[in-house]
Amino acid sequence: MHEMSIAVAMVEQVTETPAADGCQAVSAVRLRLGELAGVVAGSLRFCFSLACAGTVLEGAELLIEHVPGRARCEPCGAEWATGMPPQLCCPQCEGGKAELVSGRELQITGLRHADGADGGGAAHHASVQVKES
Amino acid sequence: MCRVVDLQQAVLVKNDERAGSLRAELTARGTTVVNLLSSPGSGKTALLEAELALAASRGVPVAALTADLATEHDAERLARAGVPVKQVLTDGLCHLEAGMLGEQLEGWLPAGTRLLFVENVGNLVCPASYDLGESLRVVLASVTEGEDKPLKYPTAFGLAQLVIVTKDDIAEAAGFDEEAFRANVHQVNPGVDVVLTSARRGTGTGLLLERALAVAGGEEAHRPVMARTGSGSGGGSSYGHTHTHTHAHPHAHADAGAHAHPHTTITTASAAGVPARSHS
Repeated sequence: MHEMSIAVAMVEQVTETPAADGCQAVSAVRLRLGELAGVVAGSLRFCFSLACAGTVLEGAELLIEHVPGRARCEPCGAEWATGMPPQLCCPQCEGGKAELVSGRELQITGLRHADGADGGGAAHHASVQVKES
Repeated sequence: MCRVVDLQQAVLVKNDERAGSLRAELTARGTTVVNLLSSPGSGKTALLEAELALAASRGVPVAALTADLATEHDAERLARAGVPVKQVLTDGLCHLEAGMLGEQLEGWLPAGTRLLFVENVGNLVCPASYDLGESLRVVLASVTEGEDKPLKYPTAFGLAQLVIVTKDDIAEAAGFDEEAFRANVHQVNPGVDVVLTSARRGTGTGLLLERALAVAGGEEAHRPVMARTGSGSGGGSSYGHTHTHTHAHPHAHADAGAHAHPHTTITTASAAGVPARSHS
């Protein structure tokens, strides 16, 4: 249940970001979440709603973009989807010198500010390519 | 009015920064941190008891910090080795964070400590995501836990720089398939060393101390594939092991006196939602 610590860290970061200046309420937070990040989306959502209570993020939506794990083997050039549990040994040359191309993301990529209810938020919502879990 | 702001902020950046500065600060003081992770009951404490006693007998200045949700049993056991030991009670929190470790070390870590062993909360999920400023991350699994443990907890095993199998004395009775275990470790973390130990029989005792001293002496620890995140991955929490360990600290060990008086300290960690409480 480190999702609560992660949710608290997210709220701290958002409230401290200079981008929050002049806009009180944050109505949505966009998060890139890697398949290998070790974070459960459902649990994070639950914790996020609790962590937001009493802050400028109260009631904010958490938009999670899932990022699949991918690895690349530098020596042989192979690139593959790691899957879960991940295959981090090169399936082509069986070498152990690969590096992760993606999959460990745990990154806030955007905020939506809105004072009061408005329709603009929904318009933006659609422009963000978010795959809900 | 509605405004959209694009950001690129790793959520665990604060922990990673604290871990990075703690690593730099401790390195400057000549201390190398070893972070031990495993499920509850895997034998972290038994292994550590043997390693601390060995270090003490060889005059290597070591210290240990052990984290649990409750009780000071582990610190009592470890303190028998005659080295400085501190118990941290997390009051329910499932992992340690770098800031918490830094606070615990303040005013406690004896000067001249060569190795600080941190026995993390028994948990293979949460502690895996938190860099504590260690230079060696060790993951333990006992022979009774099943060969597929590395696949079930890929983040923990995938980020290990050394894997220690414990309770090898009962491997046969437990039907432990060493080959299968090694293959599973290899899948999530190719190249990491897997060593077999039995604290009860004393087999493999000293391997951890030896490895930790090598890293403290400047030898580069294993770099797991999972920690090798390319520029595009934006992980930000590859536990900061992108630096090279080129520090070789001359040590006179003239401070042996500081280690001659074992003491146990108990503190409750303070973190978000965890009230600070003194047990001393």
